[in-house]
Amino acid sequence: MKREYVIALAGNPNTGKSTLFNALTGLKQHTGNWAGKTVTIAEGTYVHKKNTYRLIDLPGTYSLFSNSTDEEVARNYIVFEQPAVTLVVVDATSLERNLNLALQIIEMTPNVIICINLMDEAEKRGITINENVLTKKLGVPVVKITARSKKGFALLFDTIDRLVSNVIQGTPNVVRYQPEIEEKIAKLEPFVRTVVNDTISARWIALRLLDGDESLLQELMKRWNRGEEEILCPQTEHMVHI
Amino acid sequence: MSQANILRLNQASKGQFIQLTSINLEGVMRRRLLDLGFIPGAVVEVVRKSPLGDPIAFRVSQTTVALRREESSKIGGVLLSHEA
Repeated sequence: MKREYVIALAGNPNTGKSTLFNALTGLKQHTGNWAGKTVTIAEGTYVHKKNTYRLIDLPGTYSLFSNSTDEEVARNYIVFEQPAVTLVVVDATSLERNLNLALQIIEMTPNVIICINLMDEAEKRGITINENVLTKKLGVPVVKITARSKKGFALLFDTIDRLVSNVIQGTPNVVRYQPEIEEKIAKLEPFVRTVVNDTISARWIALRLLDGDESLLQELMKRWNRGEEEILCPQTEHMVHI
Repeated sequence: MSQANILRLNQASKGQFIQLTSINLEGVMRRRLLDLGFIPGAVVEVVRKSPLGDPIAFRVSQTTVALRREESSKIGGVLLSHEA
Protein backbone atom coordinates (compact mmCIF):
# COMPACT_ATOMS: atom_id res chain seq x y z
CA MET A 1 0.00 0.00 0.00
CA LYS A 2 1.22 3.48 -0.84
CA ARG A 3 1.73 5.73 2.12
CA GLU A 4 3.12 9.13 2.83
CA TYR A 5 5.52 9.77 5.69
CA VAL A 6 7.00 12.98 7.00
CA ILE A 7 10.73 12.98 7.70
CA ALA A 8 12.27 15.93 9.54
CA LEU A 9 15.95 16.73 9.04
CA ALA A 10 17.61 18.14 12.14
CA GLY A 11 21.25 18.85 12.91
CA ASN A 12 23.93 21.36 13.79
CA PRO A 13 24.75 24.09 11.27
CA ASN A 14 27.24 22.95 8.61
CA THR A 15 26.64 19.23 8.90
CA GLY A 16 25.48 18.92 5.30
CA LYS A 17 21.79 18.81 6.13
CA SER A 18 20.82 20.83 3.10
CA THR A 19 23.19 18.82 0.90
CA LEU A 20 21.46 15.66 2.07
CA PHE A 21 18.07 17.27 1.55
CA ASN A 22 18.95 18.18 -2.03
CA ALA A 23 20.50 14.79 -2.75
CA LEU A 24 17.39 13.00 -1.50
CA THR A 25 14.77 15.23 -3.09
CA GLY A 26 16.58 16.44 -6.18
CA LEU A 27 15.64 19.97 -5.26
CA LYS A 28 18.08 22.74 -5.91
CA GLN A 29 17.73 24.32 -2.54
CA HIS A 30 20.63 26.66 -2.00
CA THR A 31 23.34 25.31 0.24
CA GLY A 32 25.97 27.49 1.77
CA ASN A 33 28.70 27.43 4.33
CA TRP A 34 27.58 29.88 6.93
CA ALA A 35 25.61 29.46 10.11
CA GLY A 36 21.91 30.19 10.33
CA LYS A 37 21.39 29.96 6.60
CA THR A 38 18.29 27.81 6.75
CA VAL A 39 15.83 30.25 8.24
CA THR A 40 12.63 29.09 6.64
CA ILE A 41 11.65 25.45 6.45
CA ALA A 42 12.26 23.87 3.06
CA GLU A 43 10.20 20.92 1.89
CA GLY A 44 10.67 18.27 -0.76
CA THR A 45 9.67 14.70 -1.48
CA TYR A 46 11.20 11.44 -2.62
CA VAL A 47 9.70 8.06 -3.38
CA HIS A 48 11.11 4.77 -2.08
CA LYS A 49 9.43 1.38 -2.43
CA LYS A 50 6.22 3.12 -3.56
CA ASN A 51 6.00 5.15 -0.38
CA THR A 52 6.28 8.91 -0.59
CA TYR A 53 8.50 10.67 1.92
CA ARG A 54 7.98 14.33 2.60
CA LEU A 55 11.26 15.82 3.77
CA ILE A 56 11.33 18.85 6.05
CA ASP A 57 14.65 20.68 6.32
CA LEU A 58 14.67 22.21 9.81
CA PRO A 59 16.97 25.12 10.72
CA GLY A 60 20.45 24.03 11.81
CA THR A 61 20.94 24.39 15.57
CA TYR A 62 23.40 23.30 18.26
CA SER A 63 20.62 22.84 20.75
CA LEU A 64 16.86 23.07 21.11
CA PHE A 65 16.87 24.89 24.45
CA SER A 66 18.54 28.27 24.01
CA ASN A 67 15.36 29.91 22.82
CA SER A 68 16.45 31.45 19.54
CA THR A 69 13.76 31.52 16.86
CA ASP A 70 15.56 28.83 14.87
CA GLU A 71 15.65 26.51 17.85
CA GLU A 72 12.00 27.12 18.64
CA VAL A 73 10.99 26.36 15.05
CA ALA A 74 12.96 23.10 15.08
CA ARG A 75 11.75 22.07 18.54
CA ASN A 76 8.10 22.84 17.80
CA TYR A 77 8.25 20.87 14.60
CA ILE A 78 9.73 17.76 16.19
CA VAL A 79 7.47 17.86 19.26
CA PHE A 80 4.15 19.06 17.90
CA GLU A 81 4.12 18.10 14.23
CA GLN A 82 5.41 14.64 15.14
CA PRO A 83 7.18 13.56 11.97
CA ALA A 84 7.34 9.80 11.37
CA VAL A 85 11.12 10.03 11.61
CA THR A 86 13.47 12.76 12.78
CA LEU A 87 16.73 12.31 10.93
CA VAL A 88 19.49 13.84 13.03
CA VAL A 89 22.38 14.68 10.72
CA VAL A 90 25.70 14.78 12.58
CA ASP A 91 29.20 15.72 11.47
CA ALA A 92 31.50 12.69 11.58
CA THR A 93 34.51 14.91 12.26
CA SER A 94 32.93 16.54 15.30
CA LEU A 95 30.79 13.90 16.95
CA GLU A 96 31.11 15.12 20.52
CA ARG A 97 29.58 18.51 19.76
CA ASN A 98 26.96 17.05 17.44
CA LEU A 99 25.73 14.35 19.78
CA ASN A 100 24.53 17.06 22.18
CA LEU A 101 21.63 17.81 19.86
CA ALA A 102 21.13 14.11 19.10
CA LEU A 103 20.73 13.37 22.83
CA GLN A 104 18.25 16.21 23.20
CA ILE A 105 16.17 14.86 20.33
CA ILE A 106 16.10 11.24 21.51
CA GLU A 107 14.74 12.60 24.78
CA MET A 108 11.84 14.09 22.82
CA THR A 109 10.91 11.21 20.53
CA PRO A 110 11.89 7.58 19.95
CA ASN A 111 11.43 7.93 16.19
CA VAL A 112 14.97 9.01 15.48
CA ILE A 113 17.69 7.94 13.08
CA ILE A 114 21.18 9.31 13.59
CA CYS A 115 22.77 9.97 10.25
CA ILE A 116 26.55 10.43 10.45
CA ASN A 117 27.46 12.59 7.47
CA LEU A 118 30.81 13.74 6.07
CA MET A 119 32.28 10.26 6.42
CA ASP A 120 34.66 11.06 3.54
CA GLU A 121 36.10 13.96 5.56
CA ALA A 122 36.40 11.78 8.63
CA GLU A 123 38.26 9.08 6.72
CA LYS A 124 40.69 11.66 5.37
CA ARG A 125 41.46 12.64 8.94
CA GLY A 126 41.87 9.04 10.04
CA ILE A 127 38.69 9.04 12.12
CA THR A 128 36.91 5.69 12.27
CA ILE A 129 33.44 5.39 13.72
CA ASN A 130 31.84 2.21 14.99
CA GLU A 131 28.18 2.85 14.28
CA ASN A 132 27.12 -0.40 15.92
CA VAL A 133 28.48 0.67 19.28
CA LEU A 134 26.73 4.03 18.89
CA THR A 135 23.47 2.33 17.95
CA LYS A 136 23.68 0.21 21.08
CA LYS A 137 24.56 3.12 23.34
CA LEU A 138 21.92 5.49 21.99
CA GLY A 139 19.18 2.91 21.39
CA VAL A 140 18.32 4.33 17.96
CA PRO A 141 19.60 3.37 14.48
CA VAL A 142 22.85 5.00 13.38
CA VAL A 143 23.77 5.16 9.68
CA LYS A 144 27.01 6.43 8.13
CA ILE A 145 26.75 8.41 4.89
CA THR A 146 28.52 10.87 2.63
CA ALA A 147 25.75 13.09 1.27
CA ARG A 148 28.00 14.72 -1.33
CA SER A 149 28.65 11.42 -3.14
CA LYS A 150 25.41 9.72 -2.03
CA LYS A 151 27.39 7.00 -0.29
CA GLY A 152 25.40 5.01 2.26
CA PHE A 153 22.03 6.09 0.87
CA ALA A 154 20.78 2.55 0.24
CA LEU A 155 21.14 1.69 3.91
CA LEU A 156 19.66 5.02 4.93
CA PHE A 157 16.55 4.51 2.74
CA ASP A 158 16.22 1.00 4.08
CA THR A 159 16.53 2.09 7.72
CA ILE A 160 13.92 4.83 7.24
CA ASP A 161 11.63 2.33 5.54
CA ARG A 162 12.00 -0.19 8.35
CA LEU A 163 11.42 2.42 11.05
CA VAL A 164 8.23 3.86 9.53
CA SER A 165 6.83 0.38 8.89
CA ASN A 166 7.62 -0.65 12.48
CA VAL A 167 9.98 -3.46 11.47
CA ILE A 168 12.43 -1.81 13.84
CA GLN A 169 11.68 0.52 16.71
CA GLY A 170 13.79 3.09 18.47
CA THR A 171 14.28 2.48 22.18
CA PRO A 172 16.31 5.53 23.17
CA ASN A 173 18.62 5.23 26.15
CA VAL A 174 17.55 8.52 27.69
CA VAL A 175 19.77 10.37 30.11
CA ARG A 176 19.15 9.58 33.78
CA TYR A 177 19.57 12.56 36.08
CA GLN A 178 20.44 12.95 39.76
CA PRO A 179 17.95 11.32 42.18
CA GLU A 180 16.59 14.73 43.19
CA ILE A 181 15.67 15.57 39.60
CA GLU A 182 14.36 12.07 38.86
CA GLU A 183 12.06 12.34 41.88
CA LYS A 184 10.61 15.60 40.61
CA ILE A 185 10.18 14.18 37.13
CA ALA A 186 8.29 11.24 38.62
CA LYS A 187 6.03 13.66 40.51
CA LEU A 188 5.27 15.79 37.48
CA GLU A 189 4.91 13.06 34.87
CA PRO A 190 1.41 11.82 35.80
CA PHE A 191 0.00 15.35 35.66
CA VAL A 192 1.68 16.04 32.37
CA ARG A 193 0.35 12.75 31.00
CA THR A 194 -3.25 13.69 31.73
CA VAL A 195 -2.74 16.77 29.58
CA VAL A 196 -0.76 15.39 26.66
CA ASN A 197 -2.21 11.84 26.57
CA ASP A 198 1.06 10.18 25.55
CA THR A 199 1.12 12.08 22.29
CA ILE A 200 4.23 13.85 23.53
CA SER A 201 6.80 12.37 25.92
CA ALA A 202 5.56 13.31 29.39
CA ARG A 203 9.04 12.80 30.79
CA TRP A 204 10.46 15.32 28.37
CA ILE A 205 7.81 17.94 29.14
CA ALA A 206 8.33 17.39 32.87
CA LEU A 207 12.04 18.02 32.35
CA ARG A 208 11.40 21.19 30.42
CA LEU A 209 9.02 22.43 33.11
CA LEU A 210 11.66 21.78 35.77
CA ASP A 211 14.13 23.74 33.68
CA GLY A 212 11.67 26.65 33.64
CA ASP A 213 11.22 26.57 29.88
CA GLU A 214 8.58 29.27 29.52
CA SER A 215 8.61 29.36 25.76
CA LEU A 216 7.57 25.70 25.69
CA LEU A 217 4.88 26.29 28.29
CA GLN A 218 3.49 29.16 26.23
CA GLU A 219 3.56 27.04 23.11
CA LEU A 220 1.68 24.25 24.93
CA MET A 221 -0.93 26.71 26.18
CA LYS A 222 -1.38 28.20 22.74
CA ARG A 223 -1.87 24.82 21.14
CA TRP A 224 -4.27 23.49 23.71
CA ASN A 225 -6.31 26.65 23.87
CA ARG A 226 -6.81 26.26 20.16
CA GLY A 227 -8.08 22.71 20.68
CA GLU A 228 -9.60 21.32 23.82
CA GLU A 229 -9.60 24.09 26.36
CA GLU A 230 -11.03 22.11 29.24
CA ILE A 231 -8.25 19.51 29.25
CA LEU A 232 -5.52 21.90 30.19
CA CYS A 233 -7.06 24.25 32.75
CA PRO A 234 -7.59 21.98 35.79
CA GLN A 235 -4.15 20.39 35.38
CA THR A 236 -2.12 23.57 35.02
CA GLU A 237 -2.74 24.50 38.60
CA HIS A 238 -1.20 21.26 39.84
CA MET A 239 1.74 21.73 37.56
CA VAL A 240 2.42 25.18 38.87
CA HIS A 241 2.34 24.07 42.50
CA ILE A 242 4.92 21.30 42.26
CA MET B 1 47.07 19.62 41.38
CA SER B 2 48.16 22.69 43.26
CA GLN B 3 45.90 25.61 44.08
CA ALA B 4 48.01 27.88 41.87
CA ASN B 5 46.83 26.09 38.75
CA ILE B 6 43.23 27.15 39.23
CA LEU B 7 42.16 30.17 37.21
CA ARG B 8 39.34 31.83 35.36
CA LEU B 9 39.27 31.68 31.59
CA ASN B 10 39.84 35.44 31.19
CA GLN B 11 43.13 35.11 33.12
CA ALA B 12 44.59 32.51 30.78
CA SER B 13 47.30 33.31 28.23
CA LYS B 14 47.49 32.45 24.57
CA GLY B 15 48.51 28.86 23.96
CA GLN B 16 47.43 27.59 27.36
CA PHE B 17 45.16 24.61 27.82
CA ILE B 18 42.58 24.73 30.59
CA GLN B 19 40.41 21.92 31.84
CA LEU B 20 37.09 23.42 32.90
CA THR B 21 35.82 22.87 36.43
CA SER B 22 32.99 25.39 36.86
CA ILE B 23 30.54 27.38 34.75
CA ASN B 24 29.14 30.03 37.07
CA LEU B 25 26.49 31.35 34.74
CA GLU B 26 22.75 30.88 34.75
CA GLY B 27 19.88 30.60 32.34
CA VAL B 28 20.12 30.90 28.60
CA MET B 29 23.81 31.88 28.53
CA ARG B 30 24.75 28.84 30.62
CA ARG B 31 22.74 26.63 28.30
CA ARG B 32 24.34 28.21 25.25
CA LEU B 33 27.87 27.71 26.59
CA LEU B 34 27.12 24.10 27.50
CA ASP B 35 25.74 23.54 24.00
CA LEU B 36 28.94 24.95 22.50
CA GLY B 37 31.08 22.57 24.54
CA PHE B 38 32.01 24.61 27.64
CA ILE B 39 31.32 21.66 29.92
CA PRO B 40 33.07 20.83 33.20
CA GLY B 41 35.84 18.39 32.30
CA ALA B 42 36.30 19.71 28.77
CA VAL B 43 39.72 21.02 27.74
CA VAL B 44 39.78 24.48 26.20
CA GLU B 45 42.70 26.12 24.39
CA VAL B 46 43.31 29.87 24.36
CA VAL B 47 43.70 30.55 20.64
CA ARG B 48 44.13 34.31 20.70
CA LYS B 49 43.44 37.40 22.70
CA SER B 50 42.27 40.78 21.44
CA PRO B 51 44.72 43.67 21.89
CA LEU B 52 42.85 44.82 24.96
CA GLY B 53 42.33 41.30 26.23
CA ASP B 54 38.63 41.20 25.49
CA PRO B 55 37.19 39.21 23.81
CA ILE B 56 39.27 36.02 23.89
CA ALA B 57 39.03 33.22 21.34
CA PHE B 58 38.93 29.68 22.67
CA ARG B 59 39.17 26.36 20.92
CA VAL B 60 36.51 24.05 22.29
CA SER B 61 35.49 20.70 20.81
CA GLN B 62 37.12 21.51 17.48
CA THR B 63 35.54 24.94 17.05
CA THR B 64 36.78 28.43 17.84
CA VAL B 65 34.43 30.44 20.05
CA ALA B 66 35.10 34.01 21.22
CA LEU B 67 33.84 35.01 24.65
CA ARG B 68 33.57 38.41 26.29
CA ARG B 69 35.08 38.93 29.71
CA GLU B 70 31.55 38.98 31.14
CA GLU B 71 31.29 35.29 30.36
CA SER B 72 34.90 34.08 30.43
CA SER B 73 35.43 35.51 33.93
CA LYS B 74 32.68 33.23 35.19
CA ILE B 75 34.21 30.07 33.83
CA GLY B 76 36.82 28.40 36.01
CA GLY B 77 39.33 25.70 35.24
CA VAL B 78 42.66 24.07 35.94
CA LEU B 79 45.71 25.03 33.91
CA LEU B 80 47.18 22.02 32.19
CA SER B 81 50.96 22.05 31.77
CA HIS B 82 50.62 21.23 28.09
CA GLU B 83 48.56 19.41 25.50
CA ALA B 84 44.94 18.45 25.45
